[in-house]
Amino acid sequence: MTIIYFLIGCSLLLAVCFLGAFFWAQRSGQNDDLHTPAMRMLLEDDEEEKPLEK
Amino acid sequence: MIQSAPIEKTLCYHCGDECLTGEYIAEDKQFCCQGCKSVYEILSTNKLCSYYRYNEHPGATQVRADKRFDYLSEPSIISELIDYTDEKITIVTFYIPHIHCSSCLWLLEQLNKINPAIHNCRVDFLKKQLNIRFDHHKISLQQLVELLSDIGYEPLISLHDIIKKQNSATKDNLVSKIAVAGFCFGNVMLLSFPEYLGITAFEQSFKFFFGMLNILFCLPVVFYSGRGYFISAWQNLRNKVLNIDFPLALGIAVLFIRTVTEVLSRSGAGFADTLCGLVFFLLVGKFVQKKTYHHISFERDYRSFFPVAVHILENEVEKPIPLSQLLIHHRMVIRHNEIIPADAILLKGDALVDFSFVTGESVPVNKTLGEIIYAGGRQMGEAIELEVVKPVSQSYLTQLWNNEAFTRKQDNRMQTFNEKVSKYFTIVLLLIAFSSLFFWLSADYRRGLAAFTAVLIVACPCALALSTPFTMSAALSIFDRNLFYLKNTAVVEQLARINTIVMDKTGTITTGDSANVKVEVLLTEDQKQLVYSACINSTHPLCRMIYHYLGSKKRIPVSSYTEIPGKGILAIINNNRLRIGSASLVLGHAEQDAHATKVHIAINEIYLGYFAFTHHYREGMEKISALEPSLNLHLLSGDQDHERVELVKFFKDTTRMHFNQSPQDKLNFIQTLQDDGDKVMMIGDGLNDSGALKQSDLGIAVTDNVNNFSPGSDAILDGKSFDKLPAFLRFSKDTVRIIHFSFLISLTYNLVGLSYAVTGNLSPLTAAILMPLSTVTIISFTSIATHVAAKKRKLL
Repeated sequence: MTIIYFLIGCSLLLAVCFLGAFFWAQRSGQNDDLHTPAMRMLLEDDEEEKPLEK
Repeated sequence: MIQSAPIEKTLCYHCGDECLTGEYIAEDKQFCCQGCKSVYEILSTNKLCSYYRYNEHPGATQVRADKRFDYLSEPSIISELIDYTDEKITIVTFYIPHIHCSSCLWLLEQLNKINPAIHNCRVDFLKKQLNIRFDHHKISLQQLVELLSDIGYEPLISLHDIIKKQNSATKDNLVSKIAVAGFCFGNVMLLSFPEYLGITAFEQSFKFFFGMLNILFCLPVVFYSGRGYFISAWQNLRNKVLNIDFPLALGIAVLFIRTVTEVLSRSGAGFADTLCGLVFFLLVGKFVQKKTYHHISFERDYRSFFPVAVHILENEVEKPIPLSQLLIHHRMVIRHNEIIPADAILLKGDALVDFSFVTGESVPVNKTLGEIIYAGGRQMGEAIELEVVKPVSQSYLTQLWNNEAFTRKQDNRMQTFNEKVSKYFTIVLLLIAFSSLFFWLSADYRRGLAAFTAVLIVACPCALALSTPFTMSAALSIFDRNLFYLKNTAVVEQLARINTIVMDKTGTITTGDSANVKVEVLLTEDQKQLVYSACINSTHPLCRMIYHYLGSKKRIPVSSYTEIPGKGILAIINNNRLRIGSASLVLGHAEQDAHATKVHIAINEIYLGYFAFTHHYREGMEKISALEPSLNLHLLSGDQDHERVELVKFFKDTTRMHFNQSPQDKLNFIQTLQDDGDKVMMIGDGLNDSGALKQSDLGIAVTDNVNNFSPGSDAILDGKSFDKLPAFLRFSKDTVRIIHFSFLISLTYNLVGLSYAVTGNLSPLTAAILMPLSTVTIISFTSIATHVAAKKRKLL
C-alpha cells in the first residue's frame, strides 16, 4: 500500500501543473477578453482576393 | 422638366437608413449620403467588401461628417493618448462606440490592408475597444484617426474617459484566489474521503499523512485566498463596525486552528475540507457580485463631454491646444457642431447655441456680439470667435462639480440589509459560543473548548454571506436583459427603498426627436410637393419631420437653395419662391409664442401658415404617475413652463412641478427633499442633471443609446424600457424579500448545526455536509425565486 504515497505525489504534481497553467493563462491575458475570439473564429480569412493575386 | 426619381423605400447599402434621394449610387448600390458612399468606395478599392457579407447594413450613418482631428498632431495630446511608443512602433487603444457586429470586428482587424503602416489591430468586442500597433513614421496618429473616421469608425477621444482607467486599475487577483481555493478544495476533498469511509487499523499510518497534506493545502487557502476577510474584519473592528466579515474571519481562523491541533495531536481529522469549501464558496460569491459593464461608464463628469482640444487664435494663426492649457483672454474658434468649453464672450460670427446639454432646453438660442456664452453649449451655426472669460473648471456649468456632493464618497449611501443584520448576528453568535464554553467549562474544559469552536464553525454565516450576492447578481442580469444597467448590486436595495421620484423633463420624459406635429396650414397638393422638395434638402430635424409628415411625394429639382442656419430655408422651385422657417425669416418679425416650436411657410411671399411641434412624452408616463399614492413624484426642469398644462395630468399638482431650474437649483431641491427624510430617486439625462443625480439616493440616467454619453449616475436606463420603471421598482422590492427569506433559510441551517455544536460533539463529517448543503440550497433558492419574481413582474 505504500504505493499510495507515490500515487498521491504524482496526482499532486499533475494538479499543480494545471494550476500553474491556469496562472500562466491568467497572467498573459488570455482570459481578459472571452467574447471576441468566439466571434473571430466565425469570420473567414482572406477570401476572394487571394485567387486574384496568385 | 420634372424629373421623377422613384421614391419607394430604398435602404442605404451601408448604414440601412432610408435613401431619400437617388443621387448616391456606386456599383448599382444605393446610399443615403456622400459619406456612406465614400466609405463603400474605400472598402471596395481595398477589396474589403466582405464587410457587407456578414451583416446587412453594418455601417454607421455618415450624414454629419465635419470633424477635425488636427489637434492630434499636438505632441502633448499624443503622449496622453498612446499606450506605448518606441523608435519603430506606437501602440494605441481607441474606444469606438460603433463596434456592434461581426462585420465591425472583421473590418477593423483588416486595417492593414488599407494602410500597410498599420501592423496589427485587435478588437475587444465587449469593451468596444480597438488596439492598434502602427509605424508612426509612415502614418501619424492623426492620419490613423482620420482613416478610422473615413471608414465610419470614428474613435471617441477623451482624455478623461474612465473606460481607459478601468483597464489599468482595480486588478485585484480575485480569480487567482478562487483558483487557488478551488484547487485546494478539490484535493482536500480527495484526501478527506478515506477518513469518512473509515480507515482500518491496518492503514492508520496514512491518516497522519493525509492530515499533514490537508494542513499543507489549508495554508494557501487561509493566508492567500482568505486574507481579504481578515484584513476587512480587522479594519472594520478598528472603525467599531461589526460587519459580516468578522464572523467569517473568525470561522476561518477557528477552523484552521482546530484542524492543525487535531491533526498534530492525532486526536481527529480536522475540518480542512469545510475550511477550503467555505473560502471557495465565499470567493465565488464575491466574484458573482462583481459584474461590470465594460462598455458603460457610470462615472463621467463634464470632462468626458468636452472636447480634448480647442483651436485658439494666436497672432492671427489658428492652432490647437489641449483644453487644460486654455486660459483667460485666449481667443478661441468654435466651428459648427463644436462645444464651447469655457464661459466666453462672443467676438465674431453668428452664434446659434444649443444648450440642451446644460439646461435641457432643446431649441437653439441666438446670441449677439458681446454676450457671454456659458460653457457646454454647442454651436449650431457658422464658425465663431470667442474670448475666454473664465477657466474651464470655474465656468458656470463646471463649477457644479466643486459641490460637496461630488467629493463625498459615493458608496454606502444606504445601509444594506446584510450590514444591518450581521451586526446582531455576530453578537448573538458570540453570546452562544461563550455561554456554551462556560456551560461545559466546569465539567470538562476539553468539551467546553470543543463546543466553543464548534459553534463558531457551524454558525459561520457562509450561506448568509452568499444570499445577497447571488440574489443580486440574478436580479442584475434580469435588469440587464430589460436594458436597465445598474452600477453595482447595492443599487438594487437602494431601488427598493425609494419613496420619492424626481424627474427631469427634456430628454427624460420627453423623447428626443419624435414630436407631435400640429398643422395650421392649408396646402394644395402642388404646394405640398414644393414644400416637400425644399425640406428634403435639409438635415435640420424640423425639416425632416415636415417631409416625413407630408409623406412620399414626387421630388422637384430645386433651382436655388439657401439654408440659413437657425432660421430656415430659402428656395426657388419651378419659379416659386419658398420661405420656410422661423417667424423672423418668414414674417419678418420675431414671435413670442413659447408654447410650441413653429415652422412658418410662405410661397411667393404669401403667408400660408405654420407647422407646430409639441413634445411627445415617453410611453409609460401614465404608469409612473399611477405609482403616486405610494411614491411622491416631482418634476424638475430647466425649461420654460410652456408644457405646464400638458404635464399636470402626470404630476397631479402644479406645486410638484418646478421649472426654470439651474443645475445648482436641482441639486438643492434634492437636498431639501432628503432633509425631510425622503429617499429620493432622480431620473435625468443631461449634464444639467448631474448634480441632482449625484446628490440623490439613487440617480438614474435615461438615454436612447447607452453608448452615448450619459452623466455620472448609479444606473443607466435605456429609453425603450422607460415604461418598465414601475415593474423595476416592484421587482427590486421582491428581490429584497427574497434576501430576507434566504436569510431565514440559512438561519435554520445554523440552528440545526448549533444544536449539534453546543453539545461539543460536532463531527467533521456533519460540518462537511452541512456547509455545502446550505450553500447549494441558498444558491438554488435565490436564483429560482428571482426568476419567478421576474416572471411575475413580466420582466422575463
